Amino acid sequence: MKGLPPVLITAIVLVAGFALCAVQFPNIASTRVVGNLLTDNAFLGIVATGMTFVIISGGIDLSVGSVIGFTTVFVALAIERWGVPPLLAFVAILALSAAFGAAMGAVIHVFDLPPFIVTLAGMFLARGASFLLSTESVPITAPVYSTVSDFALRMPGGGRLTAIAIIMLVIVIGGALLLHLTRFGANVYALGGSRATASLMGVAVGKMTVKIYMLSSLLAGIAGIVFSFYTSAGYSLSAVGVELDTIAAVVIGGTLLTGGQGSVIGTFLGVLIQGLIQTYINFDGTLSSWWTKIATGVLLFAFIALQQGLVALARRPAAKRAGAAT
Amino acid sequence: MTALLPRRGLAQILALIVILAVDRIVSPQFFDLRLQDGRLFGSLIDVLNRGTPVALLSLGMVLVIATRGIDLSVGAVMAISGAIAASLADTHSLAVVLAAALGAGLICGLWNGFLVAVLGMQPIVATLILMVAGRGIAQLITEGRIVTFSSPDLVWLGNGAVLGVPMPVAIALGMLILTGAVVRGSALGLLIEATGGNARASELAGVGTRAMILAVYVWCGICAALAGVIAAADIMGADANNAGLWLELDAILAVVIGGTSLFGGRFSLVLAVLGALIIQTMNTGILLSGYPPEFNLLVKAVVVMTVLLLQSPKFSGIAGIAARLRRSKA
Repeated sequence: MKGLPPVLITAIVLVAGFALCAVQFPNIASTRVVGNLLTDNAFLGIVATGMTFVIISGGIDLSVGSVIGFTTVFVALAIERWGVPPLLAFVAILALSAAFGAAMGAVIHVFDLPPFIVTLAGMFLARGASFLLSTESVPITAPVYSTVSDFALRMPGGGRLTAIAIIMLVIVIGGALLLHLTRFGANVYALGGSRATASLMGVAVGKMTVKIYMLSSLLAGIAGIVFSFYTSAGYSLSAVGVELDTIAAVVIGGTLLTGGQGSVIGTFLGVLIQGLIQTYINFDGTLSSWWTKIATGVLLFAFIALQQGLVALARRPAAKRAGAAT
Repeated sequence: MTALLPRRGLAQILALIVILAVDRIVSPQFFDLRLQDGRLFGSLIDVLNRGTPVALLSLGMVLVIATRGIDLSVGAVMAISGAIAASLADTHSLAVVLAAALGAGLICGLWNGFLVAVLGMQPIVATLILMVAGRGIAQLITEGRIVTFSSPDLVWLGNGAVLGVPMPVAIALGMLILTGAVVRGSALGLLIEATGGNARASELAGVGTRAMILAVYVWCGICAALAGVIAAADIMGADANNAGLWLELDAILAVVIGGTSLFGGRFSLVLAVLGALIIQTMNTGILLSGYPPEFNLLVKAVVVMTVLLLQSPKFSGIAGIAARLRRSKA
């Protein structure tokens, strides 16, 4: 790669954005705000880590928002109505979501179907299942929840690094290590580069596809548990549309949607940029919430156009390919 | 004009008949029709009427998918055009309202088409931008409120009737005939399919692939805008938050159920609209049956998976081998 890598550009945008916000509202540059930023976006960071793997491998996972919704309802009902110990409920839901992802991956590979439409069906299925469990919000009063919500590491300047923020940071670091240092990670890049080449190189394409979607759904399950800690409730309509925020974060983080290129750290920065926009709008007070959407859209466009430019520069001598595959 | 109703529509027609039969069992008066105040009423008409927005969306979507693209922004475009129509309705004539709303759809389509055809972006990402930002723009237009109107002209568009047929259904039918006449009455449909089949080969063969791609996204935007106006006229107001929400998924579903492959290269307008009707017949059936509407999503998921598996080349390969084995045994 010649010139600036996309991750660096994302980092520069984040720092510049933060500096701009800090000039206008000096209070933003405090550990309190940063701590809240991490806490508020903990579930997004976790689920975006999984999505990064899927997108680098050349796929997409639209079901993650629904899996989060299903998880919150399942956990709430299991603990409050069925009297299951919280830890057991967590293990059960994580096994269930991993199996769900594995099933989607298997269908995608065995029947050679587009991931877009398979995970779309998965999205309907998981959301429908959570509606079936309960359509009302179920509050969670288990003592574990208040213990976890109260737990926080004090940062200098009065900021609180909450338990769910710590979980997110651990998963982001773990995901980065898995992607960049292991054979599994290398295979993910190989798949995204070219399925046929990867297969000829001896990558077990089928097994990899199943594992990647399993990882994504598993992380969506963890994100769901974190979300239930965040809201202390389970609600079947929670996290509607999160798949879009997640994909946006991954793209802003410099991952190519065509696959083969990207990083978990970039995704993490992308999540923080989205959080920063939200924080800025909250601080401003006069801007309405819809500006978040417009700003995210503009950022998305800027980043994709930038990537497009970088790719075009890198490939200039090669024959230009008209029309992109979905 | 064999192209309009190809032989491969059999599965979809059978599926629709089966679902209609189930609806008839669930609700005995399902096929009853009555004429009142010059307009037909009944469950069947209700299915057609409510199916109109998705049918209109699928008309544009099927052409986009035929070029190997996808348009995620149609729901947001519906919200934008609905917001424009609702805010202008009480102060401007119907012609101005329609021109402004459809013009907005055209601009949205141009934007998507520009990103895909000229900048060469992947269709999913290119249209994701407008999907995210579009709803924000719609809220900007309505200033976050639900804008209501009482202009009889626009209301008539949603609730009126011509020759007993509800206006939305008549509009959708008109659009189907218009689109069919344009793409199948000329070589345009073939060129669109060529673009989706192999863009590079088509370009070398002299097809203006960029123009084709631009044109289908523009048409998709206009169809979505029309759907947005009808949806707004139906409820006499525009809700930027919920108008057309998730309808892009239903539209894609309708196209896929209609047998158009997401890999482009082949399409059928009639079957896409039939797909939209299948979805709506299912929705109405579940409502009539008294089951909670939450079942909707589950049933939809099962239907999509079934249709997908039946279309999968691998699956038909397995089925083909099984059939050959049986034949060789006999």
